[in-house]
Amino acid sequence: MNRQHVDILIIGAGPAGLAAAIAAREDGIESLLVLERESNPGGILRQCIHNGFGLHRFKEELTGPEYAQRDIDRAKELEIDIECDTTVLAVSPDRVVTCISREKGLRFIEASAIILAMGCRERPRGALCTPGTRCAGIYSAGTAQRFVNLEGYMPGKRVVILGSGDIGLIMARRMTLQGAKVLACVEIMPFSSGLNRNIVQCLNDYDIPLYLSHTVTDIQGRERLESVTVSQVDAQRRPVPGTEMVFECDTLLLSVGLIPENELSEGAGVQISPATSGAVVTDTFETSVPGVFACGNVLHVHDLVDHVSNESFQAGHAAARFVRDSHEEKTFLRVEDGEGVRGTVPQKIQVHPQEAVTLMFRPSGVFRNASAVISCGGKELLRRKAMIFTPGEMAAYTLKPDAFDGLDGSEPVVVRIEKGAE
Amino acid sequence: MKNTDILIIGGGVIGCALARELSRYEAKIAVVDQAWDVAEGASKANSGIVHAGYDAVPGTLKAKYNVAGANVFPTLCEELGVPYRRCGALVVGFSEEDRPTLQELLDRGVANGVPELRIIEREELLSLEPNLNPQACCALLVPTSGIVSPYELTFALADDAALNGVTFHFGEEVSAIERDAEGGFVVRTNKGEWRCRILVNCAGSSSARLHNQLSSRLMHITHRRGQYYLLDRPKEAPFERTIFQCPSKMGKGVLVSPTVHGNVLLGPSAEDIDDPLNTETTQSGLDSVMEKVRLTWPKVSLRTNITNFSGVRAHEERGDFILGAVDGCPGAYEAVGIESPGLSSAPAIGKALAEQIAGEQRLPAKAELAPYQKPAIPFREMTPEEQEKALAENPLYGSIICRCEVVTEAEIVAATHRPVPATHIDAVKRRTRAGMGRCQGGFCSPRVAAIISRETGIPLQDITKNGGNSYLLTGTLTKEAEGREQA
Amino acid sequence: MSMEQVITCINCPVGCRITVTLNDANEVISVKGNTCPRGEKYAHQECTLPLRMITAVIPVENSAIPLSVKTAEPVPKRLISQVMEELRAVQISVPISLGQVVLPNVCDTGVNIVATRPLQ
Repeated sequence: MNRQHVDILIIGAGPAGLAAAIAAREDGIESLLVLERESNPGGILRQCIHNGFGLHRFKEELTGPEYAQRDIDRAKELEIDIECDTTVLAVSPDRVVTCISREKGLRFIEASAIILAMGCRERPRGALCTPGTRCAGIYSAGTAQRFVNLEGYMPGKRVVILGSGDIGLIMARRMTLQGAKVLACVEIMPFSSGLNRNIVQCLNDYDIPLYLSHTVTDIQGRERLESVTVSQVDAQRRPVPGTEMVFECDTLLLSVGLIPENELSEGAGVQISPATSGAVVTDTFETSVPGVFACGNVLHVHDLVDHVSNESFQAGHAAARFVRDSHEEKTFLRVEDGEGVRGTVPQKIQVHPQEAVTLMFRPSGVFRNASAVISCGGKELLRRKAMIFTPGEMAAYTLKPDAFDGLDGSEPVVVRIEKGAE
Repeated sequence: MKNTDILIIGGGVIGCALARELSRYEAKIAVVDQAWDVAEGASKANSGIVHAGYDAVPGTLKAKYNVAGANVFPTLCEELGVPYRRCGALVVGFSEEDRPTLQELLDRGVANGVPELRIIEREELLSLEPNLNPQACCALLVPTSGIVSPYELTFALADDAALNGVTFHFGEEVSAIERDAEGGFVVRTNKGEWRCRILVNCAGSSSARLHNQLSSRLMHITHRRGQYYLLDRPKEAPFERTIFQCPSKMGKGVLVSPTVHGNVLLGPSAEDIDDPLNTETTQSGLDSVMEKVRLTWPKVSLRTNITNFSGVRAHEERGDFILGAVDGCPGAYEAVGIESPGLSSAPAIGKALAEQIAGEQRLPAKAELAPYQKPAIPFREMTPEEQEKALAENPLYGSIICRCEVVTEAEIVAATHRPVPATHIDAVKRRTRAGMGRCQGGFCSPRVAAIISRETGIPLQDITKNGGNSYLLTGTLTKEAEGREQA
Repeated sequence: MSMEQVITCINCPVGCRITVTLNDANEVISVKGNTCPRGEKYAHQECTLPLRMITAVIPVENSAIPLSVKTAEPVPKRLISQVMEELRAVQISVPISLGQVVLPNVCDTGVNIVATRPLQ
């Protein structure tokens, strides 16, 4: 059997894997390998041909392929070894990666550190338990996006979109521009999780109605989709009888959420957080398995690729440090979600962190004129007011190392949203 | 006009089991089916249980063929390379009122010759199945109950039949059957006419309609729809065995069962419907499944649901299978009213019916049979050594197409070249499991479509989900494909 | 005569509903409802000359993979369908480099359509 050793092995050459690899190489890690299951690096950005990427990181507005190309070019300059068409089958707790490709067959690679950067996947129809027929014409928005943008085929002509996340909104515009008729965008929540900009520029510009507090309650069509039924839902998200609207359509696109793809992580014994569906990590993005790091959408689903890159640079640096330095036992401060907060990352912070720590989380609802408060025991570490918190926008607050002075881990760090006066 | 000696109407598990048995005799045999693959009716959408045979009333055909069929399953599945596992079953009583029913089942089972049956009490029951509702008080333990992949069994039967000369004709719906001057049959379909000497009606839900064209002794089939939930493979199976509740007149009730692939199956509901092709699921049907499942498994969660589906079983009003020669219609045979335990009985029904036909129609046995080629072991189930060997022989094993179920390009290519080839997405999915996993084909379906197109020469934009008008794509960026008009 | 237009600000998640009053000459008389200066600027632009970036993919001769393209600068929103129309007529073949002009001066806007990926 094929066995080899590398210092750092990175799974996935999307924006997270590329950034982590660049950081590790810039820190002087020579023995570095990135494995990518697709034929090209770049990840999902390759099919996100719309603009809006890179405003934070590059201070200019790029399309997905352009953003990806910058990292690909940089990785090339740094002579980073990216092996494409290579699928990782398993990761063991002692950091042996089993991978397979047509070119090189089955291989076992031992790594001193592993960075998990596999990204996420879309929730499929089954997750919604929507009744009806199982006809052709029901796609996740990302699958449709791949057909149109990477393969040049149209998946449908008359389209209903379920879910108003950004991918769904972007696909409403894409399908319209390529000649399809988008009849409606349907959202079960009373608010959209998409950006205002996408609601205006992807729906309103093309007079596509957005039905909030509505969902698809029936799917009809023997062979190809023929119609969907859309019903209003009550506060408990139950369909309200008598509110049914039938849309004749040949395509239903689902944009109903993303799930970090952690099957490999679980196989390695990595502890998964029920709140994020990603790994539980420390402030250096190390998981519960020593030497295994996680970053990007496999850790928690981000809104902006800029933040993915930023987080992944940190993970890459941390993995490089792990490879070079001796590992002494550390003690940690526990981080807990308080009121109005879900899925704070990282879940653990070193007592006396060496560097600034960014805490990221999703508000659990829409809060206006409220404050994000980070505290530990009786001590308030940070308080920030904002006009609005919404579940559609990840909140991120950075604390300098000295903010943690005097904290010994006996009390958790709690992140919460304090409601303001309405 | 197409000519054949034997025309089998229906490519379900019964039609395919029969076709395989008949292919051992000298005769030209064709199978027609209105769908675009075999196993597209009740054969693909059922509980996948190989019943031990305790349920059927002694003396009925159901009892006879169930027990005979169940006995051959282990060897047949081994021979054909079909996933089968004798996981055992429990029929659970949730109150003392259920005890007489369990005793009746035990008595029937003993009369039918089912071995190892016994009634167990609460403590033993909960130690065997700790996730069971602790309100359970007793159960019939059925060690010989098994689970099988019903569609993979049908594919294997069909492949073996095809290797031995049986031809399969899909998308062909029989509209009328007439006798011709020579004592044979003229069978009209949407695609033309067949002329045959021997006709076998294995048409499942349509079997009564066809029977009534052949015989004055009319039959009536009720179309009974069963809806299911299929959950993702859990890390630990909640139940080792198939868990039944006590049966009612509508069927064996709602079960919770592992599948041979490690998923968890919940269902079926039971509701009588008018249209046998109406396999949609409904909120009320699915809700009724969950309501009953909670009695068996209080902690059930749909968080890992992969899909819902339904199958329509053919219930003949007499309540038993109707097998053999059609009354007053020489040359015509039938298998009508094949509902549960139809899958378990299929191998025995196929064999008995073939022997009857061969005997009465004086079909000579073939001197030599084509050897059956088992489908290769799925890559995900190989040992690392086997994987290395497979890769050395075929590098396409190195290309993983379905990441959820770890299905390789080699397996998908092989499926498109089986004796009954897979030419659409669902056909590949059922033969290889590509797209059966938690992402439901979101990642792999474009790749599977491209491989089918490459291997079969069908243009990509004409690849369908499951044949007919179930096209995936409506055209390219600049040109609409033909025949994509909204109905 | 003046005319009121209500728009949603896209600059941040607050999504202020901004009311813009315009005169007959389509000049902004007043902007109300915004909570920051960025909102006022956006409202001016959106009500007088709304601009959009357009991204699309176009088929490429001798390539199975289509080419993703964009307007190098935002163009007037009213021209979206005309831009798409002109894009449909573009004929191009590989190799194509990132940033290569695919269609100069689309719809006489002075804006070029450029490739957003390399294609070999």
